[in-house]
Amino acid sequence: MTNAAAPGLDDEPGPHRIGARLAPAFGHEQAGEWADKLFAAVRTADEYSALDVVTGALGAGLDAETILLEVIGAVQHKVGIEWAADRMSVADEHAATAINDRVIAALPVQRPGTFLGKVTVACVDKEWHALPARLLAETLRLRGWQVAYLGAQVPTAHLISHIHRTGADAVCLSAALSTRLPLAHAAITAVQAIGTPVMVGGLAFGADGRYARRLGADAWAPEARAAADRLAAGPLPEPRPPHQMADDLPHLADQEYILVTQSSRTLVRATVQRLRERFPAMAHYDDDQRERTAEDIAHIVDFLTAALYVDDPDLFTGFLAWTAGVLTARGVPDRSLLPGLDLLEEQLRDFPRARRLLDAGRTALTARP
Amino acid sequence: MPASSDRSRARASSAVSAAAAPYPVVVMDAAGHVAELNDAAQALLPRARVGEALSSPGWLAAAAPGTGSVSGAVGEGFFSAHPSALTGGDTAWWLVEETAYRSAVSELETERERTRFLVEASSALLASLNLPRCMEVTARLAAEHLADAALVIAPTSAKKLPVVVCDQHGRLVHSTVSGAVQRVPGLPEALRGFPPVPSRWIDPAAAPDWLVPDGFGEVGSVAITPLPGHGVPAGALVLLRRAPQAAFSESEEAFAGLFAARAGVALSAARLYAEQNAITDILMRDLLPPTLRQVEGVEFAGGYRASVDTDRIGGDFYDVHLAGQDGPEAESLAVLGDVAGKGLEAAVLTGKIRNTLHALLPLGGDHGQMLRLLNNALRNAHSTRFVTLVLASARRAERGVHLRLTSAGHPPPLILRRDGSVEEADTGGSLIGVLPEIVTRTAELRLAPGETCLLYTDGVTEAKGGPLGDTMFGEERLQRALRGCAGMPAEAVVERVRMLAGEWIGDGSHDDIAVLAITAPRGAHPGAVDGTIPGRCTA
Repeated sequence: MTNAAAPGLDDEPGPHRIGARLAPAFGHEQAGEWADKLFAAVRTADEYSALDVVTGALGAGLDAETILLEVIGAVQHKVGIEWAADRMSVADEHAATAINDRVIAALPVQRPGTFLGKVTVACVDKEWHALPARLLAETLRLRGWQVAYLGAQVPTAHLISHIHRTGADAVCLSAALSTRLPLAHAAITAVQAIGTPVMVGGLAFGADGRYARRLGADAWAPEARAAADRLAAGPLPEPRPPHQMADDLPHLADQEYILVTQSSRTLVRATVQRLRERFPAMAHYDDDQRERTAEDIAHIVDFLTAALYVDDPDLFTGFLAWTAGVLTARGVPDRSLLPGLDLLEEQLRDFPRARRLLDAGRTALTARP
Repeated sequence: MPASSDRSRARASSAVSAAAAPYPVVVMDAAGHVAELNDAAQALLPRARVGEALSSPGWLAAAAPGTGSVSGAVGEGFFSAHPSALTGGDTAWWLVEETAYRSAVSELETERERTRFLVEASSALLASLNLPRCMEVTARLAAEHLADAALVIAPTSAKKLPVVVCDQHGRLVHSTVSGAVQRVPGLPEALRGFPPVPSRWIDPAAAPDWLVPDGFGEVGSVAITPLPGHGVPAGALVLLRRAPQAAFSESEEAFAGLFAARAGVALSAARLYAEQNAITDILMRDLLPPTLRQVEGVEFAGGYRASVDTDRIGGDFYDVHLAGQDGPEAESLAVLGDVAGKGLEAAVLTGKIRNTLHALLPLGGDHGQMLRLLNNALRNAHSTRFVTLVLASARRAERGVHLRLTSAGHPPPLILRRDGSVEEADTGGSLIGVLPEIVTRTAELRLAPGETCLLYTDGVTEAKGGPLGDTMFGEERLQRALRGCAGMPAEAVVERVRMLAGEWIGDGSHDDIAVLAITAPRGAHPGAVDGTIPGRCTA
């Protein structure tokens, strides 16, 4: 396991996890320049310079959508990369997001007179990466949609009650972390059950949107512009008739997901205990280090259960590869993840799917250069 | 049945004469001329003549003997013809009437179709509790299955009634209609829930323009059906058919009534839901956490999560009363507190406390006095509940913020300094609403640019969870988390604390959580913010 007090992996952005893959290949020619300037301001948490940059970009003729997606979105993307490479702290990342949020609020509002319809934009419950959803909400507003933006961590019950109250032609759901997929599935199914189609986005659904399809979403978009284009192209298909979540995922019948999820905290406790027995060095860990270790194991278990849920080893190996990269950037050997996988496998003897996932994880880690 | 006679004839074709057969029989020769026909066949096909080609029915005349049985209409009836080969190349066609069977099958198919439609309609209608959406679904289903176009008109207390039209292309249009409703025969009655007027009584030419979708063409017939709701009429359904189609039959109108009954229940449920929500929203408006604004020189940001996911309010609360006037003496009052108990009842008491404090704002210069008055008010309210809270008065000071903080039985606020150190504000006092006399101790301090004062409820520190599932978040962990937030804007501090608490809790249950950050802005040109960003709010 990570035997140094590595920063908590729970709360970090990164290429694997944050949904802000917003820099399109066909960017505005000046956008990159302004993005660099904004990043410099955001990097030093200088709100006023950040506002000046956006005012300058507007003055130089960039339109609001380009500024949203190719300047602010690009900066947020870079923040994730900088964190993963250990060049920015968690605090820096939060500050950058807060400043980007303020900058968005300061963009002048020039909405077209046309009314295209009503869209509700929300993050899945427990998902706190709100900026990608916010950028989508603002983009849709600029294009003439009436948008209800519900923000981060929206419990499904709130989302449903909101749609009943206000009505929506479509719901856009965002999630960055793949561990939110079971909650995302619950939200997708619930929204469809009240007759409203759902489009999903964010890296949680896979870079190719494969989990969006598996969870039965009515549409998927890789980034904000594609989402806006899809909505502009015509109404989303009518959602499927009300159905049970398990209908989408027949493999759940083996109960592995349920059983592993239910025992996840016991699993973490036992794994930490065994690690301590096998690695005497851990006895000298302070509370903070011990808690970090437990958190790391808890994350492995969380991603393991998410992979069990969608039945895809790539989800698990992708997480491990990303974690290994993050650890390497912080001077922690990525092999330190292996003992945790071994101990989990010992305890999950009776779960063939889980064991296959752990095997795949081990193979992926050992194959790393 | 013909099968048995076919078999007997195949063995001994001469044993049964066509003339004696109980079915119409036509014998055709190899050249396609009628060789023989019995009385029953002659009666059925009066124009058939022996020796001539069969003129009608065409489907029988065209049938080749080798193809097996054929069927088709004969006059008003429906027959099938079964061939049997005779000696000499002749073919005897045995005609069996299937008129009644056919009509029974087709009726059964229609009924099945209707039942399937009603089941699908019911689930589509009951899915949404949003009234406009329910009207859309009703209009769309009616236009697709019952007519060419359909209108749904909902009765409301307002003068203008909402209308949804679905035209022959499936396009939906929302509009409103007022007095014009009265001039459509049968419509005012339907809106009051009276039985439908038979469509043949309604002159389609008299249909007013607003009733007919653009580009619909000539209206052939109109049917108006009430939408009966839960004991009260839920609206009216108007069905339009284009000329020259036949008018609505009695059975079609009866079926429209069945559909209308289901649609009416759905519309009525949606309306009740909307009415209840409107009441709840009005009652709850003052209980929801406020949206915080930045004021000149002081940043406020708040975060809230009720213990029950379906609730939006609970026993924790915060409020910020912005300074009435500008200038260096302007002081804003922030309050964050926790009422004993959870849920709606606790939320109602938070509303009373927030109102009382609002009224006491002029006394903001003396926290002790404010709290004593609040204590008296709560003690006199015959309530057994009590509250703990923190008052924070903030005013811009030379390059920073001057704060006065008073805790009444509440965890003292945490002060996050620029260097990352965290200290507890030196304030304490009695909780409010229990003792006749209370004591308070106010702390005064200064925030330098980038420094934050965090007010929080014990929902944060007493949150249970963590990687092992049963650990308390605790003040130590909160302080450690804050140390990593040095120099961050207020919203970022609040987001960080909420996120850490949320991750800590995971899927577990938790108490109400409220967090409020007061931050002295850092940056090059303080004061320029508000001028350039009108109406900026915290996200």
